[in-house]
Amino acid sequence: MVDQPSWDLLADLQLLLEFHFMQNALLAGTLVALLAGATGYFIVLRGQSFAAHTLSQVGFPGAAAGILLHLSPVLGLIGFCVTAALGIGLRGRGLDAGWRGESAAVGGILAFALAVGLLFFSLYAGSVEAIYAFLFGSILGVTDRDVLVTALTAALALLALAVIGRPLIFASVDPEAAEARGVPVRALALAFLVLVALSVAVAVQIVGTLLVFALLVTPGAAAQRLTPRPGLGLGLSTVLSLLFVWSGLSVAYFSPLPVGFAVTTLAFGTYVLARAR
Amino acid sequence: MSHILAYDFMRNAALAGTGIALAAGLAGYFVVLRNQVFTSDALGHVAFTSGLGALVGGVQLLAGVFGGTIAVALGMGGLGGRARGRDVAVGTVFAWVLGCGVLFLSLYSRGRSAAGGTAGVSLLFGSILGLRPAQAVTAAAAGVVISALLLLIARPLLFLSVDPDVAAARGVPATALSFGFLVLLGATVAEAVQAVGALLILGLLVMPAATAQRLTARPYLGLALSGVLAVLFVWAGLVLAFYLPYPASFLITTLAFATYLVSRWGWLW
Repeated sequence: MVDQPSWDLLADLQLLLEFHFMQNALLAGTLVALLAGATGYFIVLRGQSFAAHTLSQVGFPGAAAGILLHLSPVLGLIGFCVTAALGIGLRGRGLDAGWRGESAAVGGILAFALAVGLLFFSLYAGSVEAIYAFLFGSILGVTDRDVLVTALTAALALLALAVIGRPLIFASVDPEAAEARGVPVRALALAFLVLVALSVAVAVQIVGTLLVFALLVTPGAAAQRLTPRPGLGLGLSTVLSLLFVWSGLSVAYFSPLPVGFAVTTLAFGTYVLARAR
Repeated sequence: MSHILAYDFMRNAALAGTGIALAAGLAGYFVVLRNQVFTSDALGHVAFTSGLGALVGGVQLLAGVFGGTIAVALGMGGLGGRARGRDVAVGTVFAWVLGCGVLFLSLYSRGRSAAGGTAGVSLLFGSILGLRPAQAVTAAAAGVVISALLLLIARPLLFLSVDPDVAAARGVPATALSFGFLVLLGATVAEAVQAVGALLILGLLVMPAATAQRLTARPYLGLALSGVLAVLFVWAGLVLAFYLPYPASFLITTLAFATYLVSRWGWLW
């Protein structure tokens, strides 16, 4: 795409940071990876990967609505995802059954959400590139305002996760004992779903609605296969997530490969290796 | 109505849409009965990737969509129950399949950005109003053949789906039927991609069937109702798309989803 990488790391780093769009993408990507890695560990611990999948698809019309209303797409994503998270948390008890649940209702909601996204994009009448960017990710679309929104969201969400982290692990591993000890299990579950929604909302900027799973759930799943210790696992999940984002963005910058392909391939390979161990 | 059908693209869409919807409605009834909703969703993702893979490889798009979808359907059948219940593994593989689709899309669009971009969007969200006459006839014929084959195996397949143990004891060839249905499902998904697209497939495949199951417990009536509903949704969606500036696949999916919600009022609250 631009200059070729030289394997001189310092020079390559200078090349990577040469353009403003790439500075934005790397900055937002780093924040996204920090949040997604940490949240993802809890998602896998709590068996809520399907809720994450559902929330990400609901995000697609959110991003489209954000663009249509001339707001930041991240704001649209946050609005739609958090609303859906509250809905799921308050009503959708069956959702944790996930792909095993095979629910026609959930399938219908997923298809309908994507259809509404299509409608918004056709009303906006923009280029197809905008649709692809929000389905599959892009390294070009992160504006200064998006970086600001991402930074605020990630800081708030990480702070909240740090506060509820310890009781959340307790409530995830042994909900009955936690409830008996006075841990507010239901409130924690709802708060956590909102955090998942925020993570999905910011992660869509980098990998797109359809590929969020690879960044949000796969690092946590691989980390859990590699270590049973929560602290170490949480760290490992975050490191993997950072690695996926940085390598994905670099590959997309230096080669014509799309960022979504790079991130999902890394995630798939890592997961296969972690399982084979 | 004659006013609408005066246009070539509407005649093609109505012809192809009827065949596709009939196959989707009938196959969808078994999908819901056999708990294969997310298998179908996965096959939709595969259809997107294999269609673009075919374009990159210089093969005809439809050949890629049909070949890839049916092959993966058979592969998933081979995994059987083992593929179930591993949400993380399933999700990671789905994401990677779509990631490969994006790679093919970028390979294909290089040097012909407009055509490549449109091919991808058509696969994702359907292109029923853009069918050529030959394509429409092929789609309609394939839909009729799939529907006929489904009706041919309907009786033992219903038995097998409702009560696998008793069916096996009575000598119903369970394995052959399951694989046979997966091949037909793969072909149906490949068909439906032309109408509503890879991402909205559940709207046409699962929503009519789920509505039919809410309305009647009798299997043959439900099967027929599911087929009729799917055809009606496509017809109504096409008529609306003629007058409204909204995408046909959005209208079809929305009609199907709204009808389902009405049929199971009280699900939300």
